[in-house]
Order: sequence, then C-alpha cells, then structure tokens
Amino acid sequence: MANMTEQNAKVLDFDYQIQQQDEAFPTLQILNNAGQLVDEETFNQSDISDDDLVAIMQRMILSRQLDIRSTKLAKQGRFGFFAPTAGQEASQMASSYAFKDDDWLFPGYRDIPEIVVKGWPIWKAILWSRGHAKGNEMTTEDGKPVNAWMPQIIIGAQYVEAAGTALGLKKRKQDAVAYTYTGDGGSSQGDFYEGINFASAYKANAVFFIQNNGYAISTPRKLQTAAQHLAAKGWASGLPSMVVDGNDPLAMYLAAKKARAWSVAGNGPVLIETLTNRLEPHSTAGDDPLRYREQSDIDEWWKREPLIRMRQFMTDKGIWDETKEQAYVDEVNALIDDQIKIADNIEKQKISDFIKNTLEVPSQAMQEQIDKFESEGK
Amino acid sequence: MANKTYIAAIQEALDLALAKDDNTLIFGEDVGENGGVFRATDGLQAKFGEDRVFNTPLAESGIGGLAMGLATQNYRPIMEIQFFGFVFEVMDSIAGQMARTRYRFNNTRNMPIVVRSPYGGGTKTPEMHADNLEGLVAQVPGIRVVMPANPADAKGLLLSSIESNDPVVFLENLHLYRSLKGEVPEGYYTTPLDQAAIARQGDDISIIAYGGSVPVALKAADELAKQGINAEVVDLRTVSPIDIKTIGESVQKTGRVLVVQEAQRMAGIGATVMAEISERFILSLKAPIGRIAAPDSIYPFAQAENDWMIKADDVVEKAKEVVNYD
Ligand SMILES: Cc1ncc(C[n+]2csc(CCOP(=O)(O)OP(=O)(O)O)c2C)c(N)n1
Repeated sequence: MANMTEQNAKVLDFDYQIQQQDEAFPTLQILNNAGQLVDEETFNQSDISDDDLVAIMQRMILSRQLDIRSTKLAKQGRFGFFAPTAGQEASQMASSYAFKDDDWLFPGYRDIPEIVVKGWPIWKAILWSRGHAKGNEMTTEDGKPVNAWMPQIIIGAQYVEAAGTALGLKKRKQDAVAYTYTGDGGSSQGDFYEGINFASAYKANAVFFIQNNGYAISTPRKLQTAAQHLAAKGWASGLPSMVVDGNDPLAMYLAAKKARAWSVAGNGPVLIETLTNRLEPHSTAGDDPLRYREQSDIDEWWKREPLIRMRQFMTDKGIWDETKEQAYVDEVNALIDDQIKIADNIEKQKISDFIKNTLEVPSQAMQEQIDKFESEGK
Repeated sequence: MANKTYIAAIQEALDLALAKDDNTLIFGEDVGENGGVFRATDGLQAKFGEDRVFNTPLAESGIGGLAMGLATQNYRPIMEIQFFGFVFEVMDSIAGQMARTRYRFNNTRNMPIVVRSPYGGGTKTPEMHADNLEGLVAQVPGIRVVMPANPADAKGLLLSSIESNDPVVFLENLHLYRSLKGEVPEGYYTTPLDQAAIARQGDDISIIAYGGSVPVALKAADELAKQGINAEVVDLRTVSPIDIKTIGESVQKTGRVLVVQEAQRMAGIGATVMAEISERFILSLKAPIGRIAAPDSIYPFAQAENDWMIKADDVVEKAKEVVNYD
C-alpha cells in the first residue's frame, strides 16, 4: 500500500486537529498583571493617548463603585436585581470605550455599566432593577434616545437581536456597529450561534463579546463545552475570532477598536472572547460562590483584577496617583448618592400604566381595566 | 373587484406594502426566488430586489431576532415562519421579546413586525407542520393575533397589520390558501384590526368562528337555513384582542350561541369567548353556549387529519341542539 498523502494524514489525525485548535487561539495581552507592557510595539502603534487611559480608568472606577454601592443597597433591600461586575471592568468598560454614540449596544443583565456610560442615567438603572416602568426608558437625562437595548435577561436573545440591528445599520449605510455581550454560559445557547451566523452570512456590522468569567452561576466553564476556546465557535460561521486577556484594559480596548473598524468597513462581524473572572456572587439574590468554588481561587483572581494593573501602569507613566483616584471615587459616590435620591423620589407606578404600555391602542377589555384601575387611583 | 384566491390576496397585499414604504422588508426561509413554499411572496424579490425581499439562514430564532433588530433601525419587517408548527423555535422572540418591547421601554418604542405564518391543517403536510397554536400566542399580552377567513379580509387585514406599530402574528389558513376564492377590492385598502365582522346575518343563533372555521360555519349556516334555522355567523378576524362589542350585539339579538374553532377544545380562543359571554351577557342567553372544537389530542397528520378536523355536519347538529333547547 502506498503511503498516505501528508494532507490525508492530517485530516485523519484527530490529536493533530485538537492541537491545531489550541494553537490557533493565542491570547492577546498588552499589559500584564504587574502593570508592565508585554508588547510595547502594539501599544505604541495603538494611538492610545494619556486622555484615553484616564477615561478608561475613570470608567472602570465608576463601574467598581457602582458595583460596591449596588451590592450594599441590595443587602439593605433597596435595590432590585443586581449582577455584580467586579473583576470584569476591563472586559466591559475598556471594550465599550472603543464604541461610539451611534453604535448600538445589546447588553446582558450584567452589562449595566456599559449602558450607563452610554448615557443611561444611574437612577433609571436603579428603577429598572426594581421593576419600575420609569426605569424602562432607554433615554438620557435630557430625554435623548440611548442607542441600547434594555438589559437582556434571556440568555442569548441579545445575540440574534444584535444581528438584526447590525444588518439594519449595514442596509442604512451607517458608520456604526451593533455590539453585544454574553457569558461563557451564553455561548452555549442556540441563539448565540444563530446570531453570529446571521450576522456573518449578511456581513453585517457587529462585534460579539463572550465574557468568559469562569462560571455560569455554579457551572464552571469546562462543563459548558469541550471546545478549548469559546472564540473557536466563531470560526464555524466564518468570522475572525480572538481570545483576549479580559483583565487587561489595553488589550480589551485595542481588540474592540480593531474589531469595530473592521466591521464598519463592511467586512462583517468579529467575535471576541474575553478571559476574565467573576469575583463576586452571580447575583445579589443569594448565590453563595463557596458552594461551587474555593476561596483560594477567588483570592487568586482578586490579585489579577484589572484596576490593579491599570493603576500601576498609569502611576509609572506619571499620569495617575492616589489623590486623583480618591478624588474620582468621591465624585462618583456623590453622583451615585444623588441618583439614588432621584430614584427614591420617583412617583409610585400605576397598574393602569402597565396596561397602557402593552398595545399602542388598548382593546375594549384593556380599556375597561384601565378605567377601573384609574378610578381607584391605581 | 376581482375574484381571487386567499393566497393571491395575500401576495397582492405584500406587493402593495413593499411599493408603498421602502422600510418594509420581507424575509424568511425560501421567500426569495422561490416565493415561499406556498408562493405568497412569488415575484416579489424580482420586483423589489434582494435588499427588500431575502432568504435567511435556516434558523427561526435568528429570523425573529433579525426582525427585532431591523425594527430597531426603523424598518417594518414582515417575517415568514414557514409553518406555524415551527413557532416553538422562535417563541422567545415573539412572546418573550417583541410582545414586551412597548412595556419594557415604558411606551417609548414601537415594534412594527408582522409574523406571517400558515397554520391549521387539512393539506396532508408531514407531522409537526400543521397545527392550531393560535391560543398559545393569543395568551401573550402585547401582541395581536389576526386570522382572516376570506381573501378580501386577508388583504385588508394584512395591510393593517403591516401598518400596526405593535407586533402582529398574522395566521394564514393552509387549507384556504387555494381552496377559497372571493371578491377582492382593487388597490390599497385596510381593514381595521380588533373588529369582528358579521359574515352572515341571522336571528336564531350566533355562530362565532374565526379563520378556517368560518367557511365551515357558513356552510353549516346554509344547511341550517334549509331546515328553517336562520344562523348569524360572527367572524372574529382578530382573535387577540377579541371584539367583545360585536359579539355582545349578536348574542343579545339571538340569545343563543355556538362557538366553533378548528383548534383543540382545551383552553384557547373559544374558551375565552365563552367566558366573556358568560360574564357579560349571560342574562341574554336562552340556552347553554355550545362549542365545536377538535379533540384534545396531539394534531394528527396526513390522512388522519380528515377524521379529526371539525366538520360542517357537527356544527349543524350542535346548532340545532342549542336552538331547540328550552
Ligand atoms: C434562556 C435562559 N436560561 C436560563 C437562564 C437563567 N440564568 C441566568 S444567568 C445564568 C448563567 C449565565 O452564565 P453566563 O452566560 O456565563 O453569564 P454570567 O452570569 O457568568 O455573566 C442562567 C443559567 C436565563 N436567564 N435565560
């Protein structure tokens, strides 16, 4: 028997195939844990200005403070649903800094900070978490529309919706993209595949993020799929897909910026897997992480959280210090205090409003219900 | 006026909607060159281009999400679900997502989507294609469910659905597509949503039907007329929300009611109609409300459908029972 061709040998060598997948997805990292540049050349080529660095740092601080305050309020029973974000600031805030006002954000329930920096007032986010209809307005303080969807509760649904908006932006020849976030768990959903595949088939303007934060509630990443890299799922749809150190603000910003530019130019969507970790419970509704992970693992990840390395890097650069940080923390907390007051003072919602918000023109039965509740002042 | 099939009336409405508003888009599986498996979109891609009428990858949830995202960009998507038996794949988009948009955005956003889909049976499709799942979607607040029973309504109601700023599930009766013809007015016109029609005047009994059960009820009414019973047929046209006013007027006139649906008896539209009548007009009733519905089994397919589906004879029988009750 003649020897196999090299090509056929590769096709039939399954170990080789698995090894190939691993080699195909190196991790993008620019800033290491110690806050040192590991790729000076990429950084120098990136055009990240000192102002950008400060802005990214401020956004990450805003997110962290919002997280601390929201968790406290939740413990006091003054908040509704809240999904903590500590540890994911680079994945969320540095990536979203790469997008513009005209871009459309499709957030998951953990992506409240991304919507807030797009202009959604914190007081509305608080009301949304409490289920108050007034929080359901995706508008700025001055009533201007914010190009974002409500935080999505159904895992994966935002992916197919983002694909539709991405196609719409392409059809309208807009200089904008739709960008969306899900988790490692979310990347198992059918809608995840349908979303990336639709956007890819239409070469639509989209950037997809998988925030691989280690857990889907209690289910560890390794039980989600045997795929070695969640980013590899993008390849089946023909998209450029990459793995990024999700705790590295510089890598996250750069990856997102490049992906946006590529997509806006008409090349189709990009998929970005961010390697990060959720440092706190899944939500403030009573999840105890110690039922499914070790405290030592959590402690270890706290040492790798993104603010530490960004603080170090910027301090070494001479553009950041403790005083600046404290001043900004105070500023943000004063803002949050004001926002809580606004939220607390919003008029109680009415059942009649719920019904009015159901159809543009209510039916006879609905109108009867509206009249009844209104006559009772409800 | 021209005599047209139900499917031709639908095709004409889609054609007119595309011509009227550039924001109108049609997409789904095989709706392009092929014109849909039932040819409802026949010729529309050739006329309006692939930018307006296009095929999607084969994924219903993707189609639903696509519609929502496009609506976000001020398009008015008309999406096709090839058979309503496949609605489960896209149920989250329809019931969980688009229906809730107005509520979720505190009345600041519209969701002008039409979900077109063939439903019902009687055409010997394979398993899981034919189904009467209107009750399932009618239970969902924030969405309309429109089920025309004749070609003229199919055209006018479809154009109204496309103009609606709320999502509409527009259900087209599989069996009526080619078996039913009727006079269809020329040009662009709309038939108001949420309004029932009196399909036949009468004063002995009100037969309340919708979609594919209307022709069955009309056939039964003709037979009843021969036997000296003058039945009124109320065609609901929109099954969610239901036009209680028109039902009430008919019930108060006749005092006797028979509700007819193609769907299984359990839960569903007929049950809601009976409940509304009991709650509001019970003192006008001279007899218990009768009901004709399909058996509470899984929808059978192919040859088995014929035995299972409701028949005009059953309607005649039950109507006589209601009329003769005293
Ligand atoms: C369709 C659907 N199934 C289940 C849930 C319940 N649920 C909420 S969050 C969650 C885990 C999600 O994990 P992941 O996608 O990794 O995101 P993370 O919470 O880690 O950010 C589950 C199962 C849901 N919200 N939606």
